[in-house]
Amino acid sequence: MKKQLKIIAYCRIKNNAISLNGKSIITKDKDLSFSDFAKQIYKEKQLAYPKFFKMDNLCKLAFLTSEFLFEAAKLDSEIIKNTGIVLSNKASSLDTDRNHQDTINDKDNYFPSPAVFVYTLANIMIGEISIRHQIKGENAFFVSEKFNETLIEHYASSLIINRKSSHILCGWVNVDNNNYDAFMYLVAEEGSYNYSKEIIKNIYTQN
Amino acid sequence: MDALKKELKESIIEQLNLEDFTVEDIADDDTLFGDGLGLDSIDALELIVMLDKDYGIKLTDPNEGKAVFVSVEVLATYIAKHRTK
Repeated sequence: MKKQLKIIAYCRIKNNAISLNGKSIITKDKDLSFSDFAKQIYKEKQLAYPKFFKMDNLCKLAFLTSEFLFEAAKLDSEIIKNTGIVLSNKASSLDTDRNHQDTINDKDNYFPSPAVFVYTLANIMIGEISIRHQIKGENAFFVSEKFNETLIEHYASSLIINRKSSHILCGWVNVDNNNYDAFMYLVAEEGSYNYSKEIIKNIYTQN
Repeated sequence: MDALKKELKESIIEQLNLEDFTVEDIADDDTLFGDGLGLDSIDALELIVMLDKDYGIKLTDPNEGKAVFVSVEVLATYIAKHRTK
């Protein structure tokens, strides 16, 4: 049986700007690198989570987006712990894969970095978000050419209908060289905005 | 030895991305793991790579690593004794 689900909140980070529920909340100099942009946001939000600086850019982007989203959603800690996470992107962990490759190209200077290697898997971003918020809910990560709102909607709905989780953190988090784009939204049976694949596609396209 | 300790502190901060630390924040006898700098198992692997890359020291025995990475003081003494570059 199909349920009418709702969107609690949604957040977009791209081009060194952040919008929450469709409203621009932070805009930084477009010439900043993503690393510098992320660092500024971290400092301004006083996140006090030193592990942030060990993350690769993909995880930093996912982490920051989820921070804004969970802050806006004001969920009970027990609900957060059981939240499901369904994320996706196009480049997988390619950005960090390249960094890792750079450390092993030269056999006479072969020093692969363990700290880089651990991020050569895109779904590590789900792990970082889960560690931060003590989330133990179901999760899935998909790689596709572009944001597939239909797939995400089916998966998120299935988790809620089958009582695996009452709330699902969904979205698209992509980093490839200097290009990055994050769009996350929280879905549940109750929320502020109607949810359908058409609605989410519109929000994604317009924000 | 003081120059080596300073160099180690700079390397640890840079390579382990300890963004909130400066050289002055790390005392020679501060515990690197646990309650001290709070380094984790990936950091330990990174330090092993650093020893190999920067000082030509290959650590293969995990127990040896545990003893060597107690503090900057202990690490510097070990490097001074075993370095090949």
